[in-house]
Amino acid sequence: MDFGFTTAAYVVAAVLFILSLGGLSGQESAKRAVWYGIAGMALAVFATLIGPGSGLWLLSLVLIAAGGVIGYFLANRVQMTQMPELVAAMHSLVGLAAVFVGFNAHIELGRVLAMDESERKALEGFAALLAKKDAVEIAILRVELFLGVFIGAITFTGSVVAYGKLAGKVTSAATKLPGGHMLNAGAAAISLIALVWYFNTGGWFPLIIMTIAALFIGYHLIMGIGGADMPVVVSMLNSYSGWAAAAIGFSLGNDLLIVVGALVGSSGAILSYIMCKAMNRSFISVILGGFGGTTGPAMEVEGEQIAIDADGVASALEDADQIIIIPGYGMAVAQAQQNVAELTRRLRAKGKTVRFAIHPVAGRLPGHMNVLLAEAKVPYDIVMEMDEINEDFPDTDVAIVIGSNDIVNPAAQEDPNSPIAGMPVLECWKAKQVFVSKRGQGTGYSGIENPLFYKENTRMFYGDAKASLDKLLTLIS
Amino acid sequence: MGQKIGTPREVFPGEARVAMTPDSAKQLQKLGFECAIEAGAGALAGFSDEAYAEAGVEIIKTPAALWKAADIITKVRQPTETELKRLTSDKTLISFFNPAGNEEGLELAKSKGASVIAMEMVPRISRAQKMDALSSMANIAGYRAVIEAGNNFGRFFTGQITAAGKVPPAKVLVVGAGVAGLAAIGTSTSLGAVTYAFDVRPEVAEQVESMGAEFVYLDFKEEQQDGAATGGYASVSSPEFREAQLAKFRELAPDMDIVITTALIPNREAPKLWLEDMVKAMKPGSVIVDLAAEKGGNVDGTVMDEKVVTDNGVTIIGYTDFPSRMAAQSSTLYATNIRHMMTDLTPEKDGQIAHNMEDDVIRGATVTHEGEVTFPPPPPKVQAIAAKSQEKPKELTPEELRAKEMADFKAQTKQQVTLLAVGAALILGVGLVAPASFMQHFIVFVLAVFVGFQVIWGVAHSLHTPLMAVTNAISSIIILGALMQIGSGSFLVILLAALSVFMAGINIFGGFLVTRRMLAMFQKS
Repeated sequence: MDFGFTTAAYVVAAVLFILSLGGLSGQESAKRAVWYGIAGMALAVFATLIGPGSGLWLLSLVLIAAGGVIGYFLANRVQMTQMPELVAAMHSLVGLAAVFVGFNAHIELGRVLAMDESERKALEGFAALLAKKDAVEIAILRVELFLGVFIGAITFTGSVVAYGKLAGKVTSAATKLPGGHMLNAGAAAISLIALVWYFNTGGWFPLIIMTIAALFIGYHLIMGIGGADMPVVVSMLNSYSGWAAAAIGFSLGNDLLIVVGALVGSSGAILSYIMCKAMNRSFISVILGGFGGTTGPAMEVEGEQIAIDADGVASALEDADQIIIIPGYGMAVAQAQQNVAELTRRLRAKGKTVRFAIHPVAGRLPGHMNVLLAEAKVPYDIVMEMDEINEDFPDTDVAIVIGSNDIVNPAAQEDPNSPIAGMPVLECWKAKQVFVSKRGQGTGYSGIENPLFYKENTRMFYGDAKASLDKLLTLIS
Repeated sequence: MGQKIGTPREVFPGEARVAMTPDSAKQLQKLGFECAIEAGAGALAGFSDEAYAEAGVEIIKTPAALWKAADIITKVRQPTETELKRLTSDKTLISFFNPAGNEEGLELAKSKGASVIAMEMVPRISRAQKMDALSSMANIAGYRAVIEAGNNFGRFFTGQITAAGKVPPAKVLVVGAGVAGLAAIGTSTSLGAVTYAFDVRPEVAEQVESMGAEFVYLDFKEEQQDGAATGGYASVSSPEFREAQLAKFRELAPDMDIVITTALIPNREAPKLWLEDMVKAMKPGSVIVDLAAEKGGNVDGTVMDEKVVTDNGVTIIGYTDFPSRMAAQSSTLYATNIRHMMTDLTPEKDGQIAHNMEDDVIRGATVTHEGEVTFPPPPPKVQAIAAKSQEKPKELTPEELRAKEMADFKAQTKQQVTLLAVGAALILGVGLVAPASFMQHFIVFVLAVFVGFQVIWGVAHSLHTPLMAVTNAISSIIILGALMQIGSGSFLVILLAALSVFMAGINIFGGFLVTRRMLAMFQKS
């Protein structure tokens, strides 16, 4: 099949991918959008298989099918609470694939350059493409594949560490090797030197050195970032996997790779931006880890935490008309989403208005809470974003906070010296009554006291979120 | 074995309240205590001995036996001499005590070596609100004052238009918007009366208005003391201020049907606010309830504990036992206050009192301890009421708003133009050195980034996780690169490419399928 058909197929595939992303603007259109994406991918793979440069297509199909079977099982087995891990693990695969493809380009380039004129004529496929390039183009190619490998390697180790942290296999606390960010800077400097070296010689050695340095950066950078910043990290890695694909696309001269890489890259970048904005922190400060410095002593917290038992919560819920539930990572950890959904169903059956308020960084993945609630069959039209619902708290009878802490911390608004000052938070303390379901008296991710727990209208409903809700459900029929 | 909490029958004539209810006894038992009560102590408040027995409370026949058996005695009224003589050094008494006016009582308790906790001395800080018995009793007094006034008032509270004619609403003035005042305001407005309220602290105007009453402002310029500085209580006002206040009352008096006065200043005689001429100016049939009667009354003509009718037909009620008139309710609240106090006294929940004199609340309320008089307490470490309210952001006029929008728009335009200029310059710079074949791809890249930014902003927040899964699946487009290379001659290339194809395969299927699974879950109600 000739080159023109492949290009045409690529154009169609690119359009389908764009529609696929654009379709995610609403829950209903999203269901259609996935099919656009699947069709685009099938078309792209098909066109490449029959297009110029590919061979061994039987092997390729077998490999895709084998990968597909594994992917199928993964997708059907995964618990919705484990989505962050799955996404991170899948990013690492893209990163590793980018590194391999980059290496391949390097090997082929070396092989082609070593050939003489007559042999080059006989080449076909990717090698033939390389053979046509002049000196400047080859130099640019080197930079491109170098970048592709660099970003791919960072994505790979970064995603593996992120997976480990999210799956609880690596401590989720921020840990750094002695030397901290100087080590990262050093590794980046080594990579830069390797780039210049590679640009001039085209040898294996600088490429390998850079790959090791990049693998180290990915590992160390993500190790230094704590649990609740994971939404930013995961979306950043998502972005990187896109840029890696785009860089590889440049080196292979494949426009579809470039387009899709750029789409994915910008999507991840925007998600990271939204997450950072929701924490009122700059991207740099998240990546460099830890919360920004305080400017003075924190405000003293007065009062005490008053506990309440399930009977008290149940009777308050019986009396309430307007109820808002604020879920957080604690709900995911306790796997309490089914109980929350059941509670919601029963309260709604009594004619009460129950809604959910979702903070953009609740959970460990952008949109994490929405997916968990959807899994438990909570209708999405009662699940609200922070901006939609924040003004409604003063008219709310009962706000229930389940496993969230920093995102409902009034210190962000009241105490200019707080490390999270200025971060947008859900103003649940304006509700007439607030119940906080929480395991113990500890602080949240940022390690600061939450004055909400000491407010007069707040009652602490201690215990594992799932067990607490179980008890509550026995009291509400 | 836990200590025993005992509650005797109140000996004060007419007192119907009791300091322990069957409910509070159950809670106290959870703290590890045993409970005992004198036979018939709850009868006047509607709690029978059987109800107590059912709650696990031991019934003791005589007061003497009860005082002897109990380690902790809880009661309502200030104890009599006979009662105090029954104390011993290992006993704790929790009760109203009036320590400021009860020196003999203090001395007697001291000589016995007992610890006495006076409920009216609980500091007014947020943490201690749950044991603030003065507030819970004042709340009842405020409610009952309105009910009592209604009982003596010959008309409806609410205005009605009936077939038999039009009835105007009653006009109620509440003087002093403390706890009792606010409770009176709430009761009065909910009965439908047109309610006015006055207080020397202008900062309570907001609370008054939130209860549905109209705040009576004085035309007076003096800087008034912030109530927060005096622990939330009113303080003595200047003579000029008092004159302005009386003039306002004089003006209001002929219109008011019901006046409820609640003005008290700590440790002083109640100020006289409703003078004889104001009483005279009121219409026949009007009612005045003076909640300050115990401290001499706010009204000229109040007789403590009595109801009097003046020559011009105005009823003045000077009862001081409003809480006792609603004994079931007030006993429940008082017993809960006591129970909270016990919770603070037994942090270990082991049924043993730990009298921690470092604790602000316990220190403040304790008037004798270990053979010492500990009254008056040092000022509490925590200030009464939180810092001043923040300044409200200034409301913008429409012109200012327009100007602000214009400025924002200009700033935005400027920012965008700068970004575009820098971007264009960069691309042009690249174009100067790079060959045409590169530029072709580069244009595609820049446009794709642009499209990506435009499209992604439209994605719903709730679909961010599916978005990540989809982008993850389509970033496996890297498979194209591997597929192009797999036909190469070198074995190493084939191996690496094959691995890449395999991994990308996992990703494609895994990513799309999991997205589908997630999206299928989103349901509308």
